[in-house]
Amino acid sequence: MLNYFLRRVGGAIPTLFLIIAVSFFLVHAAPGGPFSTERNRPAEIEENLKRAYHLDESVPRQFLRYLNGLAHADFGPSFQYKDFSVSELIARGFPTSLMLGTLAISAALILGLSAGIWAAFRQNSAVDYAVMGMSMTGIAVPNFVVAPFLTLVFGSLLHWLPVGGWDSWSNIVLPAIALGLPNVAAVSRLTRGSMIEVLRSNYVRTARAKGLRERITITRHAIRAAILPVISYLGPAVANIITGSVIIEQIFSIPGIGRYFVQAALNRDYTLVMGVTIFFGVIIITCNLITDLLYGFLDPRVRYD
Amino acid sequence: MADVTVRDIPSPIAAKEVAGRSLWSDARRRFLQNHAAVVSLTILIIIAALSFGAPFLGLRDQDDVNYDMMPAAPPDFATGYFFGSDANGRDLFVRTLYGGQVSLTVGAVATLVSLLIGVAWGATAGFIGGRVDGAMMRIVDIFYSIPFIFFVILLTVVFGHDIILIYLAIGAVSWLDMARIVRGQTLSLKRKEFIEAAHASGVSTFNIVRRHIIPNCLGPVVIYVTLTVPTVILTESFLSFLGMGVQEPQSSWGTLISEGARSMEISPWGLLPGIVLALTLLCLNFVGDGMRDALDPKDR
Amino acid sequence: MAAIANADLPVLDVSGLETTFSTPEGEVKAVNGVSFQVRAGEAVGIVGESGSGKSQIFMSIMGLLASNGRARGSVKFKGTEILGQPPSKLNKIRGVRMSMIFQDPMTSLNPYLTVARQMTEVLVEHKGMSMAEARKASIALLDRVQIPEAAQRFDMYPHEFSGGMRQRVMIAMALLCQPELLIADEPTTALDVTVQAQILDLVAGLRRDFNMALTLITHDMGVIAGMCDRVMVMYGGRVVEAAPAGKLFHDPQHPYSAGLLRSMPRLDETMHDRLTTIAGQPPNLQRLPSGCAFRDRCDYRMEICATELPPLRGIAPERSKACHLQAL
Repeated sequence: MLNYFLRRVGGAIPTLFLIIAVSFFLVHAAPGGPFSTERNRPAEIEENLKRAYHLDESVPRQFLRYLNGLAHADFGPSFQYKDFSVSELIARGFPTSLMLGTLAISAALILGLSAGIWAAFRQNSAVDYAVMGMSMTGIAVPNFVVAPFLTLVFGSLLHWLPVGGWDSWSNIVLPAIALGLPNVAAVSRLTRGSMIEVLRSNYVRTARAKGLRERITITRHAIRAAILPVISYLGPAVANIITGSVIIEQIFSIPGIGRYFVQAALNRDYTLVMGVTIFFGVIIITCNLITDLLYGFLDPRVRYD
Repeated sequence: MADVTVRDIPSPIAAKEVAGRSLWSDARRRFLQNHAAVVSLTILIIIAALSFGAPFLGLRDQDDVNYDMMPAAPPDFATGYFFGSDANGRDLFVRTLYGGQVSLTVGAVATLVSLLIGVAWGATAGFIGGRVDGAMMRIVDIFYSIPFIFFVILLTVVFGHDIILIYLAIGAVSWLDMARIVRGQTLSLKRKEFIEAAHASGVSTFNIVRRHIIPNCLGPVVIYVTLTVPTVILTESFLSFLGMGVQEPQSSWGTLISEGARSMEISPWGLLPGIVLALTLLCLNFVGDGMRDALDPKDR
Repeated sequence: MAAIANADLPVLDVSGLETTFSTPEGEVKAVNGVSFQVRAGEAVGIVGESGSGKSQIFMSIMGLLASNGRARGSVKFKGTEILGQPPSKLNKIRGVRMSMIFQDPMTSLNPYLTVARQMTEVLVEHKGMSMAEARKASIALLDRVQIPEAAQRFDMYPHEFSGGMRQRVMIAMALLCQPELLIADEPTTALDVTVQAQILDLVAGLRRDFNMALTLITHDMGVIAGMCDRVMVMYGGRVVEAAPAGKLFHDPQHPYSAGLLRSMPRLDETMHDRLTTIAGQPPNLQRLPSGCAFRDRCDYRMEICATELPPLRGIAPERSKACHLQAL
């Protein structure tokens, strides 16, 4: 088990490095610099600015400097919000995004697993078709189409929930639903398929042949096997939610990291864009790692390869 | 099992060289029996025809501003404004059709890019095998964990909003599944006797790949192409929605939805392009699933 | 009185069992009116090709049919009707008084649970043992089925065992509660020939020690020879011949049984150019032919075979056959 863990961690490091390197070199390959869009300045001030931001050094040197900064959790200064460093901005927005994302993923798991298991036990019934139909729709329809609709129906028409802002608990409901919906759909589809297959398996047949109570057969033998694909899906699910949050925060005017990211991208704030990309990359890699470990814990066969 | 995504990977199809024709006609028959897929395909054809045929339909020009319809008027079949007008008095239905041209073209081109990269990568990895294969697939694994959309956004931030760049960037983001499938197929084909025979007869490696490997991978490739198209269109819409995709004067469905969402409270019909996008994606998914069931039927 | 009467009751009394599966292409009649008995301590062999219905008989008896299967008729276990009973009632018999082992031990064991878990749960559930007691009893049985270093291997996972050992684990698991009947569905088909012999010896020995009845399902006549007191030959979902093992091997009375025996290559015969086979294919269970299902492949067919289904009739004490021929 330890071996497996170390190998997984070892695999994560080149990925992280790749993300950092690609982001950095992409940004520095840009024509013009971060200040080129602003009004013309006397050459002297331009020089000073460059020196202040270390832009006069060679690119590899800047890269090392950046790496050094990262090791100290310093993502550099924001070019857009001149008084703040990127780390500060990320720290500001993270708790909000975290809350939104966690809620969305929890909803996805709880609702998705339940719907999938329920549908599996009622195969080819009306319930089954309904669940499958909704998952199909949830997977295909983008969240930036669903979100305005939800807002329209529950916000403008029914006035049950607020349409934007971040003042009270009710603000988080619509965004979390819009964000989590595609994942609820995906999880329920995966669970249903997996559960149906497991219920037909030989080892469930053996469990029944042993005269075990059906409840034990289902919980101990069937469900445990059936959730494995869902565990594997958690990695991509987190990536999904992170990318989704970028749009959802924009639509609902939520002050999270995603929103900063969009503003940064539109305003060409390179360090902020880079910083957020790397930060999200770290989160995704960490979640993938946790998922892999969880999977290894549940499926003894992968631990020994 | 560790790499399962929502679209599970189908088992390699036995290469039926001689019976090649029957595989495809068999698949076509199965596809046609799938009502959801056939209906979806029809809808898609209609949408595509309307979008690309828009200039010939005698409709209003998409930039025609009608001051009577400002700021935004609801749909009115009598006057021919099927989707109403947007905040600038332009015919939203026409704009949606032209937006469809952009979205569908990006879908096609970017999928092509992803197809080329994926097939080349996968076939090479599978054919050469050994450590090269190991290294190439390791790279695929690494790329899988990277949130690519961020890199695409980074690219647009850095290099501007060139449409060609967008085609390339989106395509470069979506080739991973394709590479995996093609590599799997190539690996299993490589061991088959007819490849050995070709080698023995002195056929060059290049020609073996071209004449034997690639045609036999077509099945799964077709399936994944039909499943990649909606992903690609979705990515483009995502970018355009945020304002980082296609720029004025062009507008894709993403841009239209973004505009519609902003003025949603006063003119909810602005979300109609969203329904068209959702419908297109849904139909593409049904067709993709239909193709997968037709070419690789497994009891689901 | 009741105790004595109980001892005389057959362990299994099957009467008119019919099992059908509904498929999109129509109804498939897998078991077509099968009746037989298994007495206490007896070993009955069930022989037939794939699709003859031999496994489905026991799937029906154990209540393990797929969701599209239906079984009709009567199955009594020691006098109690069990066919069609809800799982809550069946679970009092399954695994406790009547156990089943299957063909492929790799897929029949849960790969995500330890062998320990899968064995102790039987004892905890049926005998109310504590975990410690259950572990002790399970390890003892693993020793009995000759798993080396049973105590150390007990907490391992199925994939860490070899094929033959997994089958031993399955056998041990089936015998934990000392059932009165063991149903073995092709237990050695998936194993190497050398391992086959070991497993069969093991089962024979255990049967004697536990004084268990055994129904051994197989397509291999050789397996039957050493193990069984009586044999039932199945074809097209029906029993075509039933006889004591010795009598069947020496004097088969049904053309199919004769064909099966002839097709076994033997060391004590001169070598021929070709192996003997039975011409033709097994019948399509969705469209069984009228009359005898075997007629198209039978060397002795008569006109009546196409029109009338031959009933299973007794031809001697303990012998019966379903054939219009008087004698082979």
